[in-house]
Order: sequence, then structure tokens, then C-alpha cells
Amino acid sequence: MPSYSYQPFGYAPPPELSGKTPGRYPVAIVGAGPTGLSMAIDLALRGVPSLVLDDNDVVSVGSRAICWAKRTLEIFDRLGVGERMVEKGVTWKIGRVFHGDREIYSFDLLPEDGHKMPAFINLQQYYVEQYLVERARDFPDLIDLRFKNKVIGVAKLPDGAAASVETPDGPYRLEADYLLACDGAKSIVRSALGLEFAGRLFEERFLIADIELKADFPSERRFWFEPTFHAGQSALLHKQPDNIYRIDLQLGWDADPERERRPENVRPRIERVLGRSDFEIDWVSVYTFQCRRLERFVHDRVIFVGDSAHIVSPFGARGGNGCIQDVDNLGWKLVAVVKGQAGQGLIDSYNDERIRGADENIAHSSRATNFMTPKSAMEKMLRDEVLDLAADMEFARKLVNSGRLSVPCSVAGLRLQTPSPEAILDPGAACKDAPLRRAGDDVWLLNLLGGDFALLSFGEHPRIEANGIRHIHVARPGEGELQDVSGPAFERYGEGLTYLVRPDQHVAAAFRTPDAASIRAAHRRAFDNSQTGQNP
Amino acid sequence: MIDLGRDHLGADGDVFYAALLKAHEGFSPEDSARLNARLVLILANQVGDREVLQAALEKAMERFHS
Repeated sequence: MPSYSYQPFGYAPPPELSGKTPGRYPVAIVGAGPTGLSMAIDLALRGVPSLVLDDNDVVSVGSRAICWAKRTLEIFDRLGVGERMVEKGVTWKIGRVFHGDREIYSFDLLPEDGHKMPAFINLQQYYVEQYLVERARDFPDLIDLRFKNKVIGVAKLPDGAAASVETPDGPYRLEADYLLACDGAKSIVRSALGLEFAGRLFEERFLIADIELKADFPSERRFWFEPTFHAGQSALLHKQPDNIYRIDLQLGWDADPERERRPENVRPRIERVLGRSDFEIDWVSVYTFQCRRLERFVHDRVIFVGDSAHIVSPFGARGGNGCIQDVDNLGWKLVAVVKGQAGQGLIDSYNDERIRGADENIAHSSRATNFMTPKSAMEKMLRDEVLDLAADMEFARKLVNSGRLSVPCSVAGLRLQTPSPEAILDPGAACKDAPLRRAGDDVWLLNLLGGDFALLSFGEHPRIEANGIRHIHVARPGEGELQDVSGPAFERYGEGLTYLVRPDQHVAAAFRTPDAASIRAAHRRAFDNSQTGQNP
Repeated sequence: MIDLGRDHLGADGDVFYAALLKAHEGFSPEDSARLNARLVLILANQVGDREVLQAALEKAMERFHS
């Protein structure tokens, strides 16, 4: 008996079918999953309207993506849904790794205080989608949500893209200046453009099940290599809201997916994991894992975002989290280009910056998957000996790989960033949160940064202005309007430094002695306008 | 006291492990054993300290005494 009640979002006949609109839009988004919905909200917050097309009219079935990392939650917070997600989600930061029945290793993902968002929450994808749909509905003039509008074909135009759409009332065609393919791993847009999705398939099958169980297991990630309850294989346990537990069990390549999916085969396996039988099976799936990506994410006016552009195996929670970082990176750039503040080069920087992210995620998740699914006698032997040595040798514990969990991707060294040797937080890094005081109230640094360019200075006020960029000045405790409370902000950014921060809260440049001309140059560079000299 | 457990690889540990697996890919068990033998000899020379090598040997042998 699933505890989540699936409410259809509803379908309305699109205006094209009664000939009312020109059928040309600034931005069309294909797919109303976490990626497409976040994309529409980010654009709306920046004043750009979009059309969202989805073949379905309910949230995702089954929990699917469940682990949302701190950086993703900070992005969701900027979009206005982060607090709600944390409130509903299961917060965790401790991971435990077992070999057999013996714990060999545990890790704390957020050992320091002074961050608004936790290291991780577990929250079923259906809640994430529901909250995002509800948030999108706060922008009725900017977001046109069209459920049961299935895109069946896409063609590139000289200055945009065209999509053919099927609805319960018949087909129609629309055009957009930009078409964002947020339509997932099996992207129709990708097929329509005939693009290769290169990478590899891991010859391994995993059973993934959501179990409803009234139990009070701690809010931790638990991973087992060769547990006695599931001999010779791996197992993973995550706690979710509503008394739901996610269990991943390695089955081996020879397992028959049809057979393994049947409740009479799933139940005994889960009983052995939990040592009890008072549970209900909510959702079951049998997966093979793949790591693939497109060679390019930007194809003129068609831009791939999220799983349509790259997929990874799930160990490390780098799938869903990678998708939301794509959105964060693209949103402000697309808006700057649509508004004529920057050229197509800024969108190309999305390609370069997020390919770096995708490659990082693919490398980490491939290594983790290789470690947990040895493919030869030698791989197995190396793995066994690492696990054995891990009992009393630190270096071996560090080699044990049950997934290197998602951390924000740095875009350091790529062309939008201005090299700044004096920076404490390097250009390209995502800004770190910190608790601050303003007029007697507790505030968070990332909330103040929001989604526009900002100058962020610490200590002595540099009294500087450039291109009308707003200035957030953090003074010593007890001194200014906005103050550091106990040192974390100064520690994380360095007293006496001024940062230029991008709208996605990544550092663009840092200055020890800022002057208006250098800030303007860094600002132009962050818009990829260095060549043209155009000021944003 | 020689501390053999201390980690010196950091984040490069994952990178080395991946390279090691890749090196063994497609090898017969005999070739894999031979590859490991060569690697041990090269690394031993790189360590270059008889006491450390003796301690490492003893630690590696533990598995076979139990």
C-alpha cells in the first residue's frame, strides 16, 4: 500500500489547437522532471518565460533519485523549495561501510557547523517533483506547464528549434528560440537529432526496492560488501521519509530481471536484509548501470540538460545532483543571452563547465561501480585484500569505494574565471555558506547572495563600485551592518578579500586590493564578453 | 615503530586503483601475477628501506598465518 498518493496534475488543451497563439516561444523545455521544472523556475525568477512539455501528468513512480546533496539543496533554496525539502526529507551525514558483518569504515560528510543546508537529505523524487510543480505554479505568467503534451519530433531551425507535440486532442507544432532537452536518459530530443550517447554499460544487475516498514533505523547510509545476509554481493540501505527504506542489492549479471522483480522473489531477499517480515514492498526495479554522455551539450539552439546529456551509476548520488548543477549553471547564462547582455559564447561556456562536471561524476561513479562489481579474478583479489587490510590500515580504508558522494564541481581554470592567486576560495569554486548577523537577525550568506552577480567583501569596507553590481559587505563581529558571527565567514573567505560572485554562486574573481577597472574586466570576462568589450 | 597504515595517496588513491585495474584488464591469471611481481619489485626499490620492506612483508604475510 504506497503511502504517497499520486495526484494527476491535469491536462488542458493547448492554445495552438484552437489557433490562438503564434506558437513561437523564447524557451521551450522538454520534460517536467526535476531538471526541467528547476530550469523553468530558475528562468522565471530571472523574468524569462518558458513552456514546459511533458508526456505524463503525474510525478515519477517509485522513489528513483533520493539523495540530494548540500549544493543541490542550496540551489533548491535559491529556487524557493529548499526549506520545504529539508523539512520533509531525512537529514543524514554519516555513512557506514561494512565488510561481511563487520564495520570497517565510517565517514562524516559535513564535519563543520555553520551551513544552512545539511550534507544530504533523502527525499523521494516524487516529492521533489511535486514541490517543484507547486513552486512553478507561483509563476502563472511565466511558466506554461503542459502535461500530456508529448514531444515526438524536434528539428533545428536557423535561429531556434521546432517541436512536434502530441496531445489527447491532437497534434500541433511549435517553435522556440531555445529548446532545452530535459527529457531524461531516454531523451527523445537526443534521438531526434541523431546524437550518439557514448559510454559504457556495466555488466551487473541491481535490485532496487522501496520498503515500507515501521522501524527506527538511524538516519545513515549503510553499505555492505559481502554481507552474510546477501552472500558474495553488495547491499545499500537508505532511510527515506514516511517509513520508507531504499534497499539496493547486487544480483550479478546472470540474474533474470523479470524473475527478480516478482514479489515472491523480492520478499525473501529483503527479509534476509532486515531480519524481519513486517514490511510492505512499495516499488521494485531491476537496473543495469551505465555511464554515458553526449560529446557536446550545446547544439546551436538545442541545449541538453541533466540525464539527457549524461548518465552515471547511482553510487555517489551524482545523477540527480549533477542535473541540478546543470540547471544552476545554465539558467543565468541563457537569460543573459536572451536579454542581449552576452553572446552565444556564454552558452558554450555551459558546455565546457558542465562537461567538466559530467566527466568528474562519470569518473567517480565508474570507479565505485568497478570496485563493487569486480570483473575478473584479479580485480576480485585486489578488492578482497583492500577490504581485509582496511580493518587496521587507514590507507586501505580510503581505497574502499562504495561511492564518492557528490560534492559541488569547481569550474576553476575555465575561461569565465579570472585567475586570482590571493583568493582563499578559488575562482570557480561554489561559494560556501556561513552564518551572519544583520540588525539583530540571523541570516545566511548564500541567501543574501541569491541569484545575481554580487561583490562580496570581508573586513575593512573597500568602498568600491563597478557596473552597478550590488555589494555585500561582511564586517567583523560587532562592527558593521552585516557581521560575521563567530568566524566561519572570515575563515572561509579570508579577511580583507573582495570576491566577484556569479549568479550561480560560484566565485568569478577575488581581489586583495580591488579597483573598479579590474572588477569591470572580471565581470565582462564572466559574461564571456572580454573580446567584444561589451559591458553586461 | 613503522606506520604502514598511514595514507599517503589521498584522492590519488582512487586514480591509482583505477589505473591498476586497467593495467590488468584482459590479462590471463599468469600474466596478472607477473605484472604484480614486476610492480612489487619496482616499488620495493622505490621504497629503498630494508626495515620498511621487512615490515611490509610481515604485514602482507599476516593473512596467511591466520
